[in-house]
Amino acid sequence: MDNKHQLEKLFQRSSDLLYHPYQKRNLISSSFNFIAALFSAIAILPLLLLISYVIIKGGSQLNLAILTELPEPPGDDLLGSGGIGNAIIGTFIVTTLAALIAVPIGIGGGIYLAEFSKGGNFSKFIRFGTNVLSGVPSIIAGVTVYGVVVSTKLFFGSSFSALAGGIALSILMLPTVIKTTDEGLKLVSDDLRRASLGIGASKFITITQITLPSAFTPIATGIVLAIARAAGETAPLIFTALFSFYWSSGTDALLSPIASLSVLIYNFALEPYKAQNELAWVASFVLVIFLLTLNILARWLTGMSEKRRT
Amino acid sequence: MVESEKKELFTLRRRTSSEKFIDNGFKYAALSMAAMVAIALFTIFIVVLEGSFESMSQYGLQFLVKSDWDPVTDSYGAFTAIYGTVVTSILSLLIAVPLGVGTAIFITENIIPIWWRNIIGILVELLAAIPSVVLGLWAIFVMEPALRPLLKQLNISFSWIPFLSTEPVGPGMAPAILILVVMLLPIITAISRDSLNQVPSKLREAAYGIGASRWSTIFNVIIPAAISGIAGGVLLALGRAMGETMAVTMIIGNSNNFSLSLLAPGNTIAAMLANQFGEADGSQVSSLMFAAFILMILTLNVNIFAQWMVRRLSLKY
Repeated sequence: MDNKHQLEKLFQRSSDLLYHPYQKRNLISSSFNFIAALFSAIAILPLLLLISYVIIKGGSQLNLAILTELPEPPGDDLLGSGGIGNAIIGTFIVTTLAALIAVPIGIGGGIYLAEFSKGGNFSKFIRFGTNVLSGVPSIIAGVTVYGVVVSTKLFFGSSFSALAGGIALSILMLPTVIKTTDEGLKLVSDDLRRASLGIGASKFITITQITLPSAFTPIATGIVLAIARAAGETAPLIFTALFSFYWSSGTDALLSPIASLSVLIYNFALEPYKAQNELAWVASFVLVIFLLTLNILARWLTGMSEKRRT
Repeated sequence: MVESEKKELFTLRRRTSSEKFIDNGFKYAALSMAAMVAIALFTIFIVVLEGSFESMSQYGLQFLVKSDWDPVTDSYGAFTAIYGTVVTSILSLLIAVPLGVGTAIFITENIIPIWWRNIIGILVELLAAIPSVVLGLWAIFVMEPALRPLLKQLNISFSWIPFLSTEPVGPGMAPAILILVVMLLPIITAISRDSLNQVPSKLREAAYGIGASRWSTIFNVIIPAAISGIAGGVLLALGRAMGETMAVTMIIGNSNNFSLSLLAPGNTIAAMLANQFGEADGSQVSSLMFAAFILMILTLNVNIFAQWMVRRLSLKY
């Protein structure tokens, strides 16, 4: 009897389907909504501050002279600091070298993992090793290349060189390229492979003419992201490519120290002279714009591939 | 008659030897490129191990607990740097995880309209594209001066706590921790967002259907289902924090003197390498290599643990 009464009461209470904003559970829910919104705001705030500072402090000083001139050694001239011309070209050269090394090896390795390996221990180890390599701190890649290339003067007796910097950066690019190639190729439907092999194409033709082109966008996205990561890296360059106050030219340009935007920012940020600090802001502006462009390009490529798939 | 015609039509074409050669050559070329990963890893390991051999035999495990780093007397111990590495990465993670996971939840739930969420997601991902040296520059010239009054006030109010016992003088562990938070946020947010998005919508619908509120669904259903990915992302971020070099080097102060206080200048292994490796010689190089070896072992373990955890915790639906 009593039990039935309670049940009726309960039923009556819960049959009220109106939303009560001041009920305990709704108050808790909306306070959590607020906390989540607050956390997101805190997460975005540094980005907005950072971008606005880089644009205001760096972008406002931007002019053609700064983009094309050589930097002046700190302390020479307290007012002027020259430009970042050689650093822009240096970043371009070193990143290109790194891409020339890492992209073929990465795509080749990715092809092996996706097309040839049969899930044996070797391919398991390579996949595991790719993950481990992507977690190796970039400074350690720099130390290693210093030990192998720079201190032993491996390339024609040159110690610090653009080539050494490119090798150091390629170690950082390699895991990204392998992973995206592997995953991109795995998305290609097996029907395509069977159809190609079925009409008598060889494995080489199948991979180069059928599967690689259909996985073009994910692989290209991975390469663009890897290049973007490498172009912004500093730690592997400070004892491999070092820095230079001159244009890199001549026959041994790749075998001599070279400037780069990231090392310029690092060196000049720590200088006590204001003119050099300002140059570091300009270099940051150029570097950030370049990297954001690459990232937007990668996003556009992904968007394209998604559109094609649906 | 008919038989021979059939034979004409369906002859088995053997692969020509040149085709076979190209196929095999291609396979082994790809194999050798895949092997480059292993070669790169072993090279890194051997170079660092070989370089640290002198210091290892001289100091042994003492190296881990000695806190003096003195190139003048040629006596080295990495405790200051190890302490700095562990403390900065753990504390920055403690701040970044709630913020990052909270943001990820905010942009995967339908609290605000989808285009707002997309904008927040893109902004956070763009933060990941900012190179650490630019973050370091910003930390030196903008963040640290802005924070100094606050840190000073902390020191005055809580100077009896050993972690806040010194007066902030500019670069130090606290600004380094904060810039690490900024660096870790996009990693944690991006990975958490991906794993939250992968939770089947049936789970959510079922929870709502039996009357759960939004946040009890999130805490009791969605997060447990996505925990493997989130935990993996957090551990990857921990590895990144330990190895992060430039921003930390620029703001941590690079002090070889041990101090418990977070407001004092400190050091991390990566910062020490960036700062001293170029000019070091003799047994200092070997000691730096030893420190690099320790850093490598730390990040390696964290990364392997992360991979194991993702496999172990992943729920099967």
